[in-house]
Amino acid sequence: MASHIYLDYNATQPIMPAVRDAMIELMSQPTNASSIHQPGQAARHAVEQARRSVAGLIGARPDEILFTSGATEANATALNGASAGRIVVSAIEHPSVLEAAPRARIAPVRPDGRIDLSALDRELAEDGEGALVSVMLVNNETGVIEPVAEAARIVHRHGGRLHCDATQAPGRIIVDVDALNVDLLTLSAHKMGGPQGAGALYARTGVELTPLLRGGGQEGRRRAGTENVAAIAGFGVAAGLAAAMPDAARLTALRDRMEARLAENAPGFVVHGQRAERVGNTSCFGARGLSAETALIGLDLNGIAVSSGAACSSGSVEPSRTLLAMGVPEGAVREAIRVSLGWATEPADIDHLVETWSMVYRRALAAPSSRAQTDIREFSA
Amino acid sequence: MTAESPNIDVKADIDLKKGARIVVAMSGGVDSSVVAALLAGHDYEVIGVTLRLYDDGAIRGKAGSCCAGADIADARAVAGRLGIPHYVLDYEARFKAGVIDDFADSYARGETPIPCVRCNQKVKFGDLLEMARTLGADALATGHYARRVPGPNGAELHRGADMARDQSYFLFATTGAQLDYLRFPLGGLPKSEVRALAERHGLPVADKPDSQDICFVPNGSYASVVDKLRPDAARPGQIVDLNGRAVGDHQGIVHYTIGQRRGLGIAHAEPLYVVALDASAARVVVGPKEALARDRVFLDEMNWLIPVTAGKPIACDVKLRSAQPLAAATVTPLPDGRALVDLDGAQFGVAPGQACVIYAGDRVLGGGWIKGAERRGLAAA
Repeated sequence: MASHIYLDYNATQPIMPAVRDAMIELMSQPTNASSIHQPGQAARHAVEQARRSVAGLIGARPDEILFTSGATEANATALNGASAGRIVVSAIEHPSVLEAAPRARIAPVRPDGRIDLSALDRELAEDGEGALVSVMLVNNETGVIEPVAEAARIVHRHGGRLHCDATQAPGRIIVDVDALNVDLLTLSAHKMGGPQGAGALYARTGVELTPLLRGGGQEGRRRAGTENVAAIAGFGVAAGLAAAMPDAARLTALRDRMEARLAENAPGFVVHGQRAERVGNTSCFGARGLSAETALIGLDLNGIAVSSGAACSSGSVEPSRTLLAMGVPEGAVREAIRVSLGWATEPADIDHLVETWSMVYRRALAAPSSRAQTDIREFSA
Repeated sequence: MTAESPNIDVKADIDLKKGARIVVAMSGGVDSSVVAALLAGHDYEVIGVTLRLYDDGAIRGKAGSCCAGADIADARAVAGRLGIPHYVLDYEARFKAGVIDDFADSYARGETPIPCVRCNQKVKFGDLLEMARTLGADALATGHYARRVPGPNGAELHRGADMARDQSYFLFATTGAQLDYLRFPLGGLPKSEVRALAERHGLPVADKPDSQDICFVPNGSYASVVDKLRPDAARPGQIVDLNGRAVGDHQGIVHYTIGQRRGLGIAHAEPLYVVALDASAARVVVGPKEALARDRVFLDEMNWLIPVTAGKPIACDVKLRSAQPLAAATVTPLPDGRALVDLDGAQFGVAPGQACVIYAGDRVLGGGWIKGAERRGLAAA
């Protein structure tokens, strides 16, 4: 396990050493940022320093940053209080958005993975004046960068507000709330090298929020509960590091080389979302005749951690909603795996992945059942 | 090892070199859990795999079945305890297409199917076995009570040492190539010993009840499963005697099997048995016990585990239902995967859809599916 090559950064990232050090220091003290005494003041200082750092990452003012337990809570808070019929979300949003607004209208995406802006425009023109619209900045599965600034123009023209789940963006592309012109924006610490259990919701000055949790004055009465001071401080450190995007260009080159080499070894190789602009760390690919679960297990047994479609706890693998929304046939959806790189990824890791995947692929094609699986796929497609 | 339980040399049954990679099909029950424990204790690289075969939402909480929610959690707990990697594979679509639909179709034709054989044939030793090969495994091990004995012409299939638990009947469709790759480490053990081993290894499933009936059928109510899939099989109709005279009504032929005596709801001087099921007319034919007597059985989809020549008879024993004793017979292989069985003495309750498995002593020579039966010299029933 210790020697596993970790290529699942979009699921969670290993905590960066500087983050861990800052957190350990805070975890060795009692830290309630609401306390009046000096240890409390130190905790408050750590939280506000983190708030400035997170605000700086996205070009916001510190008082526009609300700390939460993570992106799921931030998304739920953003959508909370909006009236049900007046929410529009893109078809490829994370479940924490889709399920926070179960009766929302769905805006489709195009085959390249980008939201269909003219469809969004029509949707809002019909009955969507003043709607709350949620469009993610970077898709967690394909890495496709969504046209959020363009979506914001359309939404604002219809008198609505735009929420953007930017969980997968920091460190990979520049995230600037003014350039994107968003009203609300979600961030997660552990997707940028920080700890789990900390996230943030940016709410532009003047945008009112309906709190999910009540019973304390924390976070400007918008989110009750004692702050998770160590995690928030770690978040701040991670945000400061992500702002400089030290790995973006390096990982893009590694990813592109990986895809080119995989394609050489497999005639039926396909990269999903390749026709749109993508962040440089993510690759969602598959090859005809190799199921995602076989690929994932084959890689894991050889010490490489990647992921496939969302797996629920009972083991049922639902086909990726993102890929289905893009119009990818169900058979190909069931063959898609996601490789996501990050700050600790080395060229040798990618070499190992390419060799191992190619070996598993050759074995799968040699198995008589690869034909049978294709038949099942075509039957169900 | 304690004094009352002899040292179990599973290696003798496994015949694989040290460090070999073995996939264990783990149902979450005690048998396959002990297989995983025995192999993990013998310098093999053991990989646990659990198949998710159906949505257990409808039958949650059903004890003593396999391969859905709670059983998956049990398999995972055992794997965690043994420190082996464990994966859950979503085989719901394959199980539906290869086993459940066949089960319902068979009932709708007036047969009495054995889904466990189809599951072994198509799912476990079909798709899962190929998956294990693709993962580079040297063998697939299961918790079946049957023995795989190395012979001069490859592996032979023999009855399990615990006659009360012997599952060789359900394995007759295993091909020679599959048998070469399979291992049944429990084949030489009595069930009591397996439970003792589970306790000795501290497995959390040591006290779990044995699996019973058909795993995907809630509360033994297979008729409701068939009703849902093939409503036609639930068509009410007449119960008639051997002369075609109506003697009662029934609520669908799915509720009957040939040889059945109870639950007919007919008052009659002598005991009546189901002697035939006429699916097209939705008729149940009843008669006295003598009318059930059959001494010639027609088989198809034969699987031979020995070389045979069409037209050349084989003196052997046969088993016509899983719970019946062996019966002496002469089996003649025929072209197109068919065979003719001439029983030394008449058997009662020979049902199409069941298997006829052919034995020489403990060894399984082959088997096939019962298509029909007759009384030599009389017209076919």
